Amino acid sequence: MSKAYPIARLIFFLTLLFSAPARAELQVQISQGVEGAIPVAVVPFANQDGLSDPVSKIVSADLQRSGRFRTLADNAMRERPVSPDQVQQAVWQALGQDFVVVGQILPGGGGYEADFHVVDVIRGTLVISYKLPFGRAETRQAAHRIADVIYKAITGEPGAFATRVAYVTVSGEGANRRYNLQVADTDGYNPQSVIASAEPIMSPAWSPDGTKIAYVSFESRTSAVYVQTLATGERRKVSDAPGINGAPAFSPDGSRLALTLSKGGNPDIYVMNLGSGSLNKITDYSGIDTEPNWSRDGRSIVFTSDRGGKPQLYLASASGGQAERLTYDGDYNARGVFSPDGRSLAMVHGKGGDYRIAVMDLASRAVRVLTSGPLDESPGFAPNGSMILYAARRGQLAAVSIDGKVRQSLRIEGGAVREPAWSP
Amino acid sequence: MRTGLVVLISASLLMAGCSKTEEVKPDDEAGVGLEGGGPGGPKIGKYGAGGGAGKAYGGTGGAYGGSGGAYGAGSGSAGDPALNDPSSPLSKRVIYFGYDSSDVLPEYVSVVNAHAAYLASHPNVTVTLEGHCDERGSPEYNIALGEQRARSIANTMRFQGASDGQMQVVSFGEEKPADSGSGESSWSRNRRVEIVYPGN
Repeated sequence: MSKAYPIARLIFFLTLLFSAPARAELQVQISQGVEGAIPVAVVPFANQDGLSDPVSKIVSADLQRSGRFRTLADNAMRERPVSPDQVQQAVWQALGQDFVVVGQILPGGGGYEADFHVVDVIRGTLVISYKLPFGRAETRQAAHRIADVIYKAITGEPGAFATRVAYVTVSGEGANRRYNLQVADTDGYNPQSVIASAEPIMSPAWSPDGTKIAYVSFESRTSAVYVQTLATGERRKVSDAPGINGAPAFSPDGSRLALTLSKGGNPDIYVMNLGSGSLNKITDYSGIDTEPNWSRDGRSIVFTSDRGGKPQLYLASASGGQAERLTYDGDYNARGVFSPDGRSLAMVHGKGGDYRIAVMDLASRAVRVLTSGPLDESPGFAPNGSMILYAARRGQLAAVSIDGKVRQSLRIEGGAVREPAWSP
Repeated sequence: MRTGLVVLISASLLMAGCSKTEEVKPDDEAGVGLEGGGPGGPKIGKYGAGGGAGKAYGGTGGAYGGSGGAYGAGSGSAGDPALNDPSSPLSKRVIYFGYDSSDVLPEYVSVVNAHAAYLASHPNVTVTLEGHCDERGSPEYNIALGEQRARSIANTMRFQGASDGQMQVVSFGEEKPADSGSGESSWSRNRRVEIVYPGN
């Protein structure tokens, strides 16, 4: 007991130390970038000092974090152009840059307007000029949208910076354990608590319009599925049947929810009409069927079943009927999720005692393993399909690009973070 | 910061250690570490017998339902010395399982039977069978697996005279590990069903 006080003081001190400046609870770091990432200089925007956050700095951090870009530090810049005509091509070429982003913040109707330009300093061409209005309280969101515009202008692919991530944090032990479902920006900022509980919270799933999250809560000591509207916090208990109420997944049009119920004596996949509450049973097998995920056209559902003796992925019509086995490689394939373009399926792939994230090309059925394990789970695609976010060992999240080249880690101070879900 | 984290973790392990209830330790690694379990002994099929398994949940809205305290029914068992006699198999409340298996291993049959006999002779007592898994694999699959483990115990007890209405099944999957470590020794302690008597 005599040692307890110094420990308590130490913990208190550390809490103070780390809670004060931590506006981003989730620490997102790039752990491996693409070799030959594109060099880009984001020049500090003019007139951004009065904003709550420096827009160009957030843009630069977004691009860097994607692993596709290598950004130039402010203090390495030899000029601070604001408009494309002020950009001296030779100056930036000498610094090894391919692209330069310049811009300024102007007063706008609802608050401000970001006026920015992307210049190709190799070819000497203007790639894009863009005006983006934003409100006073939307600075960070505006910066992420600017990063999306730049990412698309240079790579040709849509960005996913102005999206959000849901995840469950777990802290404490035993009776002090707390589960917290949170939603944050993809850079870890603006964390908002959706629901907190002393009992497990699981399986967050976004509605296709990004306004709602379905999740499983054990707050009444048995499982129930809730659908919560993020803006208002209003929530609806959509299922609390006897037994398992789990693995919710919105249909692509948002009108139906696939979920796992064991009220029939064993876990089966059901589809609930969210308007009427009516249930349609999709699978009927005496063992485990769970983890439904919708194809992009809403016509089929992939799910995990142990009907072959071990967990494998199967595909069935969203109205039920015969299921087709999809996976044969490995002794454990679970949690299949369709990519945004519908052409591939990410999954937890277990082989030889290691659990890794793998992607199957649905046309060829070829499986590629993307991560090194040993305990990877809960894969989900970024809305642009470029990355897969998943949970890794020791309570941290990780993201890997679908070519396996870029890796990010997402950690949280003093707790575990699990069950990530990237918003649409 | 590293020091702080270490301190926090060891403090929480100590607390977890203090509050441990007595458990049947998996006495041989081979028995619980391998899929399928030991040979020869009585085994309940992975998916149990069909029929009335679904009734285990009863129509009463669940053991935890109601506003009158966390556990509504079965208060008659509170503090029964017979349940807490360390020399009685009834003091053993945790049943362990093999990897990805819900088969009741032979070494736990006597414990399960003792609880079944107790329930059969105390028809007002209800128990909650909490199914759990190790951290490997997919969380929702583990919820399903944990439920199969709990149902497997419920089925065994039903054959021994306990009634469906006395047993509530709930699965927490990998969400509530008994041992937060990683590796087979932790995993073998987490693949379990806890038999929870209200008030004991």
